Amino acid sequence: MQLSLSAYLGLSAILFTIGVAGVLLRRNAIVVFMCIELMLNSVNLSLIAFSSYRGDITGQVLVFFVMAVAAAEAAVGLAIVIALFRNKQTVNIDEVNILKW
Amino acid sequence: MAHQYIGYAVFLPLIGFLINGLIGRKIKSESLVGIIGSAAVAIGFIIAASILVEMLGSPPDERSHIVYLFNWITAGDLSVSVAYQVDQLSVLMMLIVTGVGFLIHVYSIGYMHGDPGFWRFFSYLNLFIFTMLNLILADNFLLMFLGWEGVGLCSYLLIGFWYDRKFEKGTTGDAAKKAFIVNRIGDFGFLIGMFLIFTTFGSLNFSTVFAHASMLSVGTPIVMWITLALFLGATGKSAQIPLFVWLPDAMAGPTPVSALIHAATMVTAGIYMVARCSVLYALAPATMEVVAIVGACTALVAASIGLVQNDIKKILAYSTVSQLGYMFLALGVGAFAAGLFHVLTHAFFKALLFLGSGAVIHAMHEEQDIRKMGELKSHLPTTYKTFLVGTVAIAGIPPLAGFFSKDEILWKSFAHGYYVLWFMGLVGAGLTAFYMFRLLSLTFDGEKRWDPGKHPHEAPATMTIPLIILAVLSAIGGFVGIPASLGGGNAIEHWLDPVFEKANEKMLLAGHDVEAIEYVLMALSVGVAIAGIFLARKWYLQRSEIPDRLSARFAGLYKLLLNKYYVDEAYDAVVITPAAKGSEKLLWRGIDVGVIDWFVNALAAAFGFVSKTMRVVQTGVAQSYALVFLAGVIAIVGWLITR
Repeated sequence: MQLSLSAYLGLSAILFTIGVAGVLLRRNAIVVFMCIELMLNSVNLSLIAFSSYRGDITGQVLVFFVMAVAAAEAAVGLAIVIALFRNKQTVNIDEVNILKW
Repeated sequence: MAHQYIGYAVFLPLIGFLINGLIGRKIKSESLVGIIGSAAVAIGFIIAASILVEMLGSPPDERSHIVYLFNWITAGDLSVSVAYQVDQLSVLMMLIVTGVGFLIHVYSIGYMHGDPGFWRFFSYLNLFIFTMLNLILADNFLLMFLGWEGVGLCSYLLIGFWYDRKFEKGTTGDAAKKAFIVNRIGDFGFLIGMFLIFTTFGSLNFSTVFAHASMLSVGTPIVMWITLALFLGATGKSAQIPLFVWLPDAMAGPTPVSALIHAATMVTAGIYMVARCSVLYALAPATMEVVAIVGACTALVAASIGLVQNDIKKILAYSTVSQLGYMFLALGVGAFAAGLFHVLTHAFFKALLFLGSGAVIHAMHEEQDIRKMGELKSHLPTTYKTFLVGTVAIAGIPPLAGFFSKDEILWKSFAHGYYVLWFMGLVGAGLTAFYMFRLLSLTFDGEKRWDPGKHPHEAPATMTIPLIILAVLSAIGGFVGIPASLGGGNAIEHWLDPVFEKANEKMLLAGHDVEAIEYVLMALSVGVAIAGIFLARKWYLQRSEIPDRLSARFAGLYKLLLNKYYVDEAYDAVVITPAAKGSEKLLWRGIDVGVIDWFVNALAAAFGFVSKTMRVVQTGVAQSYALVFLAGVIAIVGWLITR
């Protein structure tokens, strides 16, 4: 059976909203980080859906770029989290406010 | 052509200044330092003398040259070059400056012997000669102003030469500052005058300005303001009322400095400047009257102060102020040449008197109070004889130099109708004779009053030879200006005629024939001088109780004169104290602290307050930033959708 485009977009929107909510509400840096990945991938999903629906390859190319950026971002982000944990013995972002005056 | 070498005459003293100033400390030999300093000036004198010879050999209208060296400043309409005007007037001044300057350099080798600042002294003297030559040779107002300021600087440096010595209520440094600041007031006038000249005539070159000015009619208001402003400068530099107060204090410097700068050369800069601008002054009769009145008043006031002073150099200082007053009187009544003639003779006899007083001070181990001298003529025979010549010359006894020049001034002021000023000058002449012979009697004659521990001795040859030369010049220097009434040709007046030609045309002063009254006046001034001499000899040698009785009877007047009419105190009360108090209370505590600091502090406090308020936005919690970011995205997207 053929799913409609709006089903894909609906799933993408739900995933994105979960990601935003996670970023804003959770305090664990790892979880926040995973939520950011979730947001990126929800966007990827909608790009793929549009690409398939319109028969245009450009959307899929763009997804590869997003995945590359996400991989780089994951490497940097996780490195920051590890460095943070070594210094503060915590990954709770409420306790990470050393840049505040 | 000798005048082509004028640049060497000006710049060699500068080189001497640089050599002695930069490596003088390393030169161990005092005589080498002295020779470098003196030679630089001697060459200048030789050049000046050869220019004089060249001029004498050419017709009067071909004697003026302008020697262009290089372009100095060009900005918009203003173009100023370093160029020297060689004419009858400037070569006369140049001969005085380098001639008397050379003698004083030689004298200083003896006088400053053993001083740790020997090299510094000679470098300052050379710098002075350099700036003074710029002043008198400049062909434009700006270069003249450079020299004008430069001699003021050298005067300051040399008055405060012994900067750690006590002088009256403070140190010599205070006297130096006083001279500098009072001069600055005059310089302000000079600057204003210069600005007015530039806006009026569009140039600062003497030739352009005077050519334009000679087309104006007599009494043009702007010329009056220009000349008045310039005259303010002259009163500062040449120590006239109301700015004469610095010159007596300038005696804090070494005595050769007093002789060179504060008697013979620098203080005559004001007279030179007025004479150089004679065309402008001739256009402003009101200013001329001011000049004459200020000169006559200064001559009389300073002479009266000189009557009761006890410091040998102070008396000579007031005498200088008084003689400068005579010169301004001459300028003011339109007798420019007579004023310059007096500059010449005064340079001889006043330099002689100061150097003589230096020899006395040297012999008496820095004692300057004439009440503690006396009977020095047997110990300092050469100094005494030369000092006597100088004293007779300044007293105006013929045929010595002072008689001819002073009498010329008095005669001209009478002949031009200024009877009151003439009378003031006559009284001043009597006072001059009196205080100078009082000085001579108390110093060299009578019984000795000095401390028994002192052994006065004659000065070395480097000091006595300049004295002798100056004494000869004081004796015969007047012969260049013997008036027609005494069978002379008044050579100096005819020499200077081309310079003052235009001014004389403007003033419509006709040449005077010899009149019987001239002899009467001459006899009168000689009589007054002899009376002054006679009184001084009698009171201070035979009847020494008379001065004490007089000072007791006229105690008020005596105190007034002894305290110099309380002019310093008056300036203190009227100018200095209000300025100091006003600076502290109003400018410092009121405006600086109350307004400027308040504004800056208030601005900083306002920024602090705003920052403190805004700072709470920066929570440091990344998620709240993200929330704001989200809100922003929603707002923008919502706006994009709904618009």
